[in-house]
Amino acid sequence: MKFLHEYRQRPGIERIAREIVRITTRHWTIMEVCGGQTHAIVKYGLQQFLPSQIRLVHGPGCPVCVTPLDIIDQAIAIAARPDVIFCTFGDMLRVPGSEGDLLGVRARGGDVRMVYSPLHALDIARRNPNRKVVFFAVGFETTAPANAMAAFLAHEQGLNNFFLLVSQFLVPPAIAAISSAADTRIDGYLAAGHVCAVTGFESYQQLADTFRVPIVVTGFEPLDILQGILMCVRQLERDKYQVQNQYARAVEPAGNPHAQHMLQQVFEVSSQTWRGVGNIPASGLRLRAAYSVLNAAPLFDEKRSCPDDTRGCISGEIMLGKRTPPDCPHFGESCQPQHPLGAPMVSSEGACAAYYRYRAQVITSDATDRATHEH
Amino acid sequence: MNIDCPLPADIEDTIRLGHGSGGELSQNLFRNYIYPYIKNPWLDQAHDSALLTIKGSQLVFTTDSFVITPLFFPGGDIGELAVYGTVNDLAMSGARPMYLSCSLILEEGLPLNTLKRIMASMGRAAAQTGVHLVTGDTKVVERGKGDGLYINTAGIGVLEHEQEIGPGAIRAGDRILLSGDIGRHGMAVMASREGLSFDTSLHSDCAPLHEPVRDLLAAGIQVHCLRDLTRGGLATALVELANARGVSVEVQESAVPIDESVEGACELLGLDPLYVANEGRFVVFVPEEEEKAALDILRCHSVSAGSQRIGLVTATGRTGVILKNSLGCERLLDLLQGEQLPRIC
Amino acid sequence: MCLGIPGRIEEILNLVALERTARVSFGGITKEINIAYVPDAVVGDYVIVHVGFAISRVNEQEAQRIFDYLGQLGDLEELG
Repeated sequence: MKFLHEYRQRPGIERIAREIVRITTRHWTIMEVCGGQTHAIVKYGLQQFLPSQIRLVHGPGCPVCVTPLDIIDQAIAIAARPDVIFCTFGDMLRVPGSEGDLLGVRARGGDVRMVYSPLHALDIARRNPNRKVVFFAVGFETTAPANAMAAFLAHEQGLNNFFLLVSQFLVPPAIAAISSAADTRIDGYLAAGHVCAVTGFESYQQLADTFRVPIVVTGFEPLDILQGILMCVRQLERDKYQVQNQYARAVEPAGNPHAQHMLQQVFEVSSQTWRGVGNIPASGLRLRAAYSVLNAAPLFDEKRSCPDDTRGCISGEIMLGKRTPPDCPHFGESCQPQHPLGAPMVSSEGACAAYYRYRAQVITSDATDRATHEH
Repeated sequence: MNIDCPLPADIEDTIRLGHGSGGELSQNLFRNYIYPYIKNPWLDQAHDSALLTIKGSQLVFTTDSFVITPLFFPGGDIGELAVYGTVNDLAMSGARPMYLSCSLILEEGLPLNTLKRIMASMGRAAAQTGVHLVTGDTKVVERGKGDGLYINTAGIGVLEHEQEIGPGAIRAGDRILLSGDIGRHGMAVMASREGLSFDTSLHSDCAPLHEPVRDLLAAGIQVHCLRDLTRGGLATALVELANARGVSVEVQESAVPIDESVEGACELLGLDPLYVANEGRFVVFVPEEEEKAALDILRCHSVSAGSQRIGLVTATGRTGVILKNSLGCERLLDLLQGEQLPRIC
Repeated sequence: MCLGIPGRIEEILNLVALERTARVSFGGITKEINIAYVPDAVVGDYVIVHVGFAISRVNEQEAQRIFDYLGQLGDLEELG
């Protein structure tokens, strides 16, 4: 497939890797914010191409992993109601709430449907005027314009049985929160290419200046990721902290103005709780007043506060880059994809699931990685 | 910063769709809820069918149920699937398929014309594979209690050779041959699923596999194990066999053929083709010295014209299936976890 | 975090502004995709698709750049 296969060829990947090795003189810790990149790094075994001085840590960029427990519980309660058709992306079906998950609701008779696009949930609402159709609008800036379009069209067309349960996150405030955490030292960031395809990256320069970190907007194929790392290391070695765009084939500096316009029409910035991390100011989106009639949350009043429950899962520390999945005593033992303790083991983009799936190589490379860091 | 991460409810008190996906959950269901109550040496053969010795004859016995929506899909329908699926299970034991039963569970409201088409299709498939549908049953359930129609077929075949074929015969050094490209059936069916639909000329690979198997055995090729790839795809089949025998297997990802349409659909929906269902593909384990002769025979048949060596059994003692990708990196394959769900991230 | 796949616009299907759609091909399959956010896209363009929406056009000149760079790296290595 064009624009995929060319970026998966070994010779080019090795060439970039040699260049990284050539220019690296010090230890650097680089965070790839996006779970899609985590997945690719582990799937293709990219760590093996890097010198031991480069440590990759995995960020909180996976909507499945960061959607807070109370919203998952709310989703489960709403989906269980007989008057509701609950529509969700496949990703959210297996995320554990305090008591079970959405697949469990379906098994007990709830009408839970998987959709590929928010517009399909809208179709379901049109075809079922006597049922309330609730769409689980999760995601980062990439998914927000699609979710916004569904809300806009429902409002425009006077669909009064379509609602959104919103759990939207913004990347830059998360980068700021991670960089501010006193005990975290991330030297540089790979920013998420598809998020920036929507938002652009003009707002990232302030982050780079404030925290004196290079930020490289990066794509998702192995060649993209290694080139992103190379650009990041080159800046670090020269003591620079610019925002650079590795993924210029899909990302304009100003992003996509049409998508931004729709997003701003429907949503406004709000504070947001990140599962495993906590509350981050101005890091989420909520429906604007004009669209509040579409908000599923007050309609159902199913919100239940749930006790903080650590149970030994260290997902928060993993998403802040403080620790990696193999550091967790439960990893691969009491916590596996078929019985996850936490969201990062559920999502295919969750760092834990990625490590588990590709553990054949990870376990060996992490052992050498740790050994080199113990000096 | 607080850290909360809850335990999911670990009390599985109901059946989920994932229990029927052929992966990890299906195995748990069998191990914990079915096997303990009916265990016997035949079940311990860990194969898709049971080998029975009756008055000196070696018979193979198997059964399978077919529940698929839509009933008619590009490249096949539930009727021929019900014949081929059971014929293939028999063939994978190295048996000559002979007799099938046919049990129909019909839903009130199913057009008789639909039933006629499906039965005609079953008749054609039986004639094509040389089996006879010799007994059967029909039941009708109320509207809303079934997807139009479910079919169960059981089959009997006869063993006409002396070879031991099954997971127990797999040896270190065995070559693993795959009969063609993977994932066609799963993606052809998914293409017509509400909400995920896409346009494609993809057809299911639904096909009978007894002829290439018959020819391998007739030529005296040493065949250690055969397994058709169904639910859970190539990865699940290999993991099951590796676990049953306690061996490690290495597969070259670049050697596994995948059609561009299957790949495109998998990229778009975030699915892994190694776990997508097939209905007309199988793997063959043969000793190294038999590889070439086996491939020559397989490639003579249209259903296995695209046969390739995809890997080998590396060692006994350590269990696992390792996939080597084009960048030389290794990943461990697992059984399919629950259902494979399309994803956005 | 966001699965975005490049596909080629084969045909524009619906011209209503917000519901503007196109038939987009991915490998050997095609799917109807909303292209309201890429109003300038024309047949033959590649777009990045996420949850049924095109979120950006692929810039073919920019896509080539990494290979030019790889070529330069190769030349340097040969001089090595």
